[in-house]
Amino acid sequence: MPRPFTPKVLTANDLILGDVVYMTADGGWTRRHAEAELIEDAATADLKLLDAEARGHEVVGAYLADAVAGLRGPEPVHFREAFRTRGPSNYRHGKQETV
Amino acid sequence: MYTYSEFDEAFVRTRVAQFRRQVERRLDGSLTEDEFKPLRLMNGLYLQLHAYMLRVAIPYGTLNARKMRQLAMIAERWDKGYGHFTTRQNIQFNWPKLKDVPDILDALADVGMHAIQTSGNTIRNVTADHFAGAAADEVTDPRPVAELIRQWSTDHPEFQFLPRKFKLAVTGAAQDRAVTAAHDIGLRLVEQDGVTGARVLVGGGLGRTPMLAKVIREFVPLPDLLPYLEAIVAVYNLLGRRDNKYKARIKITVHETGIDEIRRLVEEEFAARKPLFSGIDQTHLAAITAQFAPPAFDKGGPEDYQTWRHADPVFRAFTDTNVTAHRHPDYAILTVSLKAHGTTPGDATARQMRALADLAEHYGHDELRISHEQNVILPHVPKRHLKAVHAALAAEGLATANVGLISDIIACPGMDYCALATARSIPIAQEIATRFEALKIEHEIGELKIKISGCINACGHHHVGHIGILGLERNGVENYQITLGGDGTETAVIGDRAGPGFGADEIIPAVERLVQAYLDLRADPGERFLDTYRRVGIAPFKAALYTAEEAANAA
Repeated sequence: MPRPFTPKVLTANDLILGDVVYMTADGGWTRRHAEAELIEDAATADLKLLDAEARGHEVVGAYLADAVAGLRGPEPVHFREAFRTRGPSNYRHGKQETV
Repeated sequence: MYTYSEFDEAFVRTRVAQFRRQVERRLDGSLTEDEFKPLRLMNGLYLQLHAYMLRVAIPYGTLNARKMRQLAMIAERWDKGYGHFTTRQNIQFNWPKLKDVPDILDALADVGMHAIQTSGNTIRNVTADHFAGAAADEVTDPRPVAELIRQWSTDHPEFQFLPRKFKLAVTGAAQDRAVTAAHDIGLRLVEQDGVTGARVLVGGGLGRTPMLAKVIREFVPLPDLLPYLEAIVAVYNLLGRRDNKYKARIKITVHETGIDEIRRLVEEEFAARKPLFSGIDQTHLAAITAQFAPPAFDKGGPEDYQTWRHADPVFRAFTDTNVTAHRHPDYAILTVSLKAHGTTPGDATARQMRALADLAEHYGHDELRISHEQNVILPHVPKRHLKAVHAALAAEGLATANVGLISDIIACPGMDYCALATARSIPIAQEIATRFEALKIEHEIGELKIKISGCINACGHHHVGHIGILGLERNGVENYQITLGGDGTETAVIGDRAGPGFGADEIIPAVERLVQAYLDLRADPGERFLDTYRRVGIAPFKAALYTAEEAANAA
């Protein structure tokens, strides 16, 4: 039996800035994890990834990352993805500067 | 200090112009990322967790004030006001924007620097003893040879697509400060019957399969060095595995083929290549060597150096740890620690870089070095100026007296920046340093080298740390494995794994238990951690790490 699908967000890095971005439900890019679309099934996930990979003039290195529904929107599961929502821990640089 | 020739200048400028067009084509959509990625990596541009990262080579760790000021300018103008010095004598800028990178590369070219071959499966930045040209124990300055290798390896047409990256380090001193045994090729310059040559080691490397290099030839006279190196890399280029990234480094080739067979193949290749070298490389080496002539040491004498040391305990502590014997009796080699307690190992702000440039210019014959231990060195400081230099450093937060001590930690960027990392390194280094500063015992502990890597690739050299820490992931959280007894010097040893890892909140107490065990076990205060470890073995340290932990869990 196939394993049940774990919900995902689609994430990548912005082409010019390198900043972490997430795909929203309307196909745009947001810098905030909570505004990402939480993808609930494998077929949609595959399609979204194909879409993102075709948009190489906007983003680099698109992939699907595990996420869970939270009160304010999707939340990261893995600590690596949690770090990507903020920035480094040694300086207040990256997203935590402004978001 | 080597100054770019017209050839160097033209080559670097051409490369920047090419990259500028490549970035334009990437931004206008003519190049896909798959097409662009190898081009940006050829020029040192990575994409990390939060941003791009530009890795700039500092060949053999040598800078002058002008270069250091340009790095400061780049940090301020195009980055976030600081740079990170790495274990391979590079500087990394963590926040450049893609569109700005060609301008940054042009600014580097303005001062004779580049980011070429700081990535990719090529011969990387050539590193050297950071005390080169100054150390009292030096046979010969390794930098002319390192510069010759830089020129030979840069854009070498045969070696642009090696099976894997390839790292060289050179030392010219008895004490190995360049970790030559952990490099693909390590060169130890020696003299034999009045002839200068190299003891050549091959097949060292850390990473997932740590191995110490083996001697392939006891003595290669300098005139034979380039053809001999070329023979080694050519043999590796053919034999090295391209089917498996994890088995592609020359250490695996040497391990699988055997050093004797590799030696035979290299000698065969060397015999074929040697006649192709007309000797022009030696003419060239002579010209390079002239550019590394020692500075005109001044005759001021040490003046009140010893009196100051006697009168001022802060200055004494600083010179105890941060000063190394210079070949000239009235001079000192001064290591400036980039490890102030609680800060990020290897980071310097633009302001600090400028202060260091000023000091080098005013007091240090315009020379600066970056060490693989992520510190900055003023290699030629007259002892009579040390007091003034100390005061100037203190004003910039650069007078930390901890070189070689437990808070002088090597740490890779880890998962705070690096896309390959499996855990963070920097916060662990910060916490260890802060903890032992609070305990006020690091001078009592004495020499103790902690090295931290945030993944198995071992950029933080954890295998050769007296205490090595490797950050991994275990069950969805960061977990830290300890290795003990590693050594990166001329008596190099790969450390032993102590046992199961520790969580992020357990690792600092674990290090504390190790240090306490050492203080209890050492024969006398002069016996270093590493010496005690070699004398008593791993057992009492394991007991300190795990028995106490089990007792705590049972309680």
